[in-house]
Amino acid sequence: MRIFDPHIHMSSRTTDDYQAMYDAGVRAVVEPAFWLGQPRSSVESFVDYFDSLVGFERFRASQFQIAHHCTIALNPKEANDPRCAPVLDLLPRYLAKDGVVAVGEVGFDSMTAEEEKAFARQLEMAVEFGLPALVHTPHRDKLAGTRRTLELVRAAGLPMAHALVDHLNEVTVDLVDDAGAWLGFSIYPDTKMDPDRMVAILQRRGLDRVLVNSAADWGRSDPLTTRRTGEAMLASGFSEDDVDRVLWRNPVEFFAQSGRLLLDVPDVDAGATFAGNSLLRGERA
Amino acid sequence: MRPTTLDPAAEQALAERCREVVADPARIRVRFPAAAREIARTPGTSPAPGGDRIEDRVRVRLLDALAQGLPDPDARAAEVRDLYRYGDADERRAVLLALPRLGLHGRVVDLLHDALRTNDPRLVAAALGPYAATYLDDEAWRQGVLKCLFVGVPLRLVDGVDQRADDELRRMVADYADERRAAGRPVPDDALPLLTSRET
Ligand SMILES: [Zn+2]
Repeated sequence: MRIFDPHIHMSSRTTDDYQAMYDAGVRAVVEPAFWLGQPRSSVESFVDYFDSLVGFERFRASQFQIAHHCTIALNPKEANDPRCAPVLDLLPRYLAKDGVVAVGEVGFDSMTAEEEKAFARQLEMAVEFGLPALVHTPHRDKLAGTRRTLELVRAAGLPMAHALVDHLNEVTVDLVDDAGAWLGFSIYPDTKMDPDRMVAILQRRGLDRVLVNSAADWGRSDPLTTRRTGEAMLASGFSEDDVDRVLWRNPVEFFAQSGRLLLDVPDVDAGATFAGNSLLRGERA
Repeated sequence: MRPTTLDPAAEQALAERCREVVADPARIRVRFPAAAREIARTPGTSPAPGGDRIEDRVRVRLLDALAQGLPDPDARAAEVRDLYRYGDADERRAVLLALPRLGLHGRVVDLLHDALRTNDPRLVAAALGPYAATYLDDEAWRQGVLKCLFVGVPLRLVDGVDQRADDELRRMVADYADERRAAGRPVPDDALPLLTSRET
């Protein structure tokens, strides 16, 4: 089973996770820029974070033969903080870089005017840079947030085929499906979507435009729920090819629209360094 | 730096981008990071500190265009500093390589200090070019040379070693060599000329 996790926050995970992911078949990931649990209080803090997404984290992943990409954005939660919002002016510099495969995570958290302004502006940037957008849907008031999301995507002139609307569930899936956007499902260990509910959705509407991710981050989450979903698909009668479609070919197809996928990972060199730092502890031989 | 050798299509794309930057210097903020993808790159990745890579040359040419488009040296220095600040390691390296051509005098010596604080051999090597030979103060320059020995940057990549090496640098290298020998570890060949020249 080869797996492309299209939404996982590896900066919060350990090298053990990378190893377990590799062993489970994960060969590529997309790490969306998001908040860190601990709020940021300045633009400079974003700059250091973006720096690590295009640099050190890509290096760490490569040491486990996993191709790492990222998406760059001001996330909806921190769009509400006037100290953070000016990072919007810096985004074009990052959206021009290789390995940045979408604008994201954008979207709504509490559906404020500030969130909407940042969201709309970043959708315009996606159009300008020829990038897809990865859209986070809110935990609260999800249906209304999802509806407004689709309106904003249309208003920005972003083709629906370039929009991935994430964290969907049974209540929001049809709305996004009917609009023609890509459908993202985050599979968590005990809340929100689980592998069996995911399989039920796939049985009902088919495999087109569906992306399954672990959304693993610094909270309770599991970087192997993609694999668990593939296993649940097989157990309920889907073929190996169906699993490959959902867990590999669909995310490749969606993010390849950016023209910036980097799926060739150099061979692992355990002694390799990033800016002089290796992942080894202690001195090299 | 030798003239860029690009295929005609890439050369044309680069010339177009350069004209764009001369006319509207702020465009370099998105053209510079995208240069390898939009114009040309050497395939694969090379950790070699002295590697000659096409994307480096392309980015240096874009910086030449910036210098043309921004005649005020303070404005130019600010733009160059931002390209470094928001750049990834490849972009930072290209900025460092271009410094001697940009007419900035001592304005961006802080970028050399930043690069020399990393342990990245490609950045350390690029930092110790002719710009550092002219503008970096003695203390930082000597520490930079010593760092090259530590992180494995060949001293032939450091500009002006013969002219600038002084007794203090020779003492530092001799102490470093003693430490290596005491630990039963080899002294890098690169350190030898600096050791001999003190003894003679
Ligand atoms: Zn996320």
